[in-house]
Amino acid sequence: MTHADPSASGRLPHAFTTPGSSSFVDFLAGHAPDLLPGNRPVPAGEVLAPHGTTIVALTFDGGVVLAGDRRATMGSMIASREIEKVFPADEYSAVGIAGTAGLAVELVRLFQLELEHYEKIEGSLLSLDGKANRLATMIRGNLGLAMQGLAVVPLFGGYDLDRRVGRIFSYDVTGGRYEEHDHHAVGSGSVFARGSLKKLWRPGMGADDAVRVAFEALVDAADDDSATGGPDSTRRIWPVVATVTEAGYLRVGDDQLATVAAASEERRRTEHTDRGGAR
Amino acid sequence: MSMPFYVSPEQLMKDRADYARKGIARGRSVVVVQYDDGIAFATENSSRALHKVSEIYDRIAFAAVGKYNEFENLRVAGVRYADLRGYSYDRVDVTARGLANAYAQTLGTVFTTESKPLEVELVVAEVGRDADGDQIYRLAYDGSVTDEHGWVVMGGQAERLGAVVGEEWRSGLSLREVLAVAVGALGAPAEDGGEQRSIPASQLEVAVLDRTRPRRAFRRLQGALLEDLLRA
Repeated sequence: MTHADPSASGRLPHAFTTPGSSSFVDFLAGHAPDLLPGNRPVPAGEVLAPHGTTIVALTFDGGVVLAGDRRATMGSMIASREIEKVFPADEYSAVGIAGTAGLAVELVRLFQLELEHYEKIEGSLLSLDGKANRLATMIRGNLGLAMQGLAVVPLFGGYDLDRRVGRIFSYDVTGGRYEEHDHHAVGSGSVFARGSLKKLWRPGMGADDAVRVAFEALVDAADDDSATGGPDSTRRIWPVVATVTEAGYLRVGDDQLATVAAASEERRRTEHTDRGGAR
Repeated sequence: MSMPFYVSPEQLMKDRADYARKGIARGRSVVVVQYDDGIAFATENSSRALHKVSEIYDRIAFAAVGKYNEFENLRVAGVRYADLRGYSYDRVDVTARGLANAYAQTLGTVFTTESKPLEVELVVAEVGRDADGDQIYRLAYDGSVTDEHGWVVMGGQAERLGAVVGEEWRSGLSLREVLAVAVGALGAPAEDGGEQRSIPASQLEVAVLDRTRPRRAFRRLQGALLEDLLRA
């Protein structure tokens, strides 16, 4: 190199002033690749790390609901009973993540930053498809880790400002992106949650009904899957439930969830009156 | 081979400074003023897309005058600097002071080592929890930094408009009041005895760092909202 090291003078390095990309991930890949989650070497063999589990999503009239239980497991142990796995990605979208908790949280942080970075540099929001594709690229970058058992599987939902509807996208570990219609679930309890959603979901539901259906699906998942945590009325720990509509991301309040939980429990209790366990 | 003429360092720096100052003076002014709930930015700009005032981070904004391509480049660098810092540490560790330092080093190095100085003047501002915590840094084309309090005017008519703002600004004014001061100053006559212009809202670029907003404090004021605020 004929030029002196620019950072020696204290000025911003050339990578900062190079015009072009509006992507923070691309900038990191060029300037500080070691900060990207997929670029770190992992020791050979199985790594035992906390796993997050079930995420459900469904559309309703005017938006989409995402909900996730609060349990993280490590083997047969409960690693956390109040982990949060559903996050706002930006004002008009939300992401829920199942899989290795540590990587998932880091990936979400990077994804949130990616969207905000684009918004600040371009002065406009990415389209919902654009956001979904960026997430696919980031998951693809994690493939090496996924092959060693550290997979991260997101569920992405958002309000499409052009089409004026809520949309859901699911992913596989290789970064495959699939648009889901009406409802979807990922994680260990997803089989049971999907069954529940199929029976409870109705076209043209309102937001409150959609929140109730998402809650029921998580309760059904927790009923049959040991890695999914049910609502904890003793400690008042409820699932994270969020709606995304034209008005933006909104996390459903604990008061509303407590009401939904009480109604759900009451209904289940009346269905089982006069029947205890086997004796 | 002919010998180059000797030019004294004083002359060299003076020529560069004159060159940069001329470039900056051609542009329209930007007024930055503190109000009770934050910091307001106003400038005359008919474009809705080419901004002079922008968001850098949660509580930090950037305003610039001069050559568009040069300050746009610095703005993008600032966003990258802030996002990288916030990602590797935490969001609260991104400060206007750090960013102002990085800009000052960049402007200073370009001024002394490159053949053409950057024809820009910048303000980096951060809102704190209360008015005492607000920070406004003004950066000149040669990398010099000044810590300003209350208000700053940069650009073509900086001194003249600064006198107008300085006369009317007091601490603790509301947003409506400071906008009246700022827009009044932008429309002030260029020469003594000239006529005061009234600038329509569509010709203004106005933004605020509003300390009452939860995370991202930056907000552009446009359209009906701005017209309402400007109505006396």
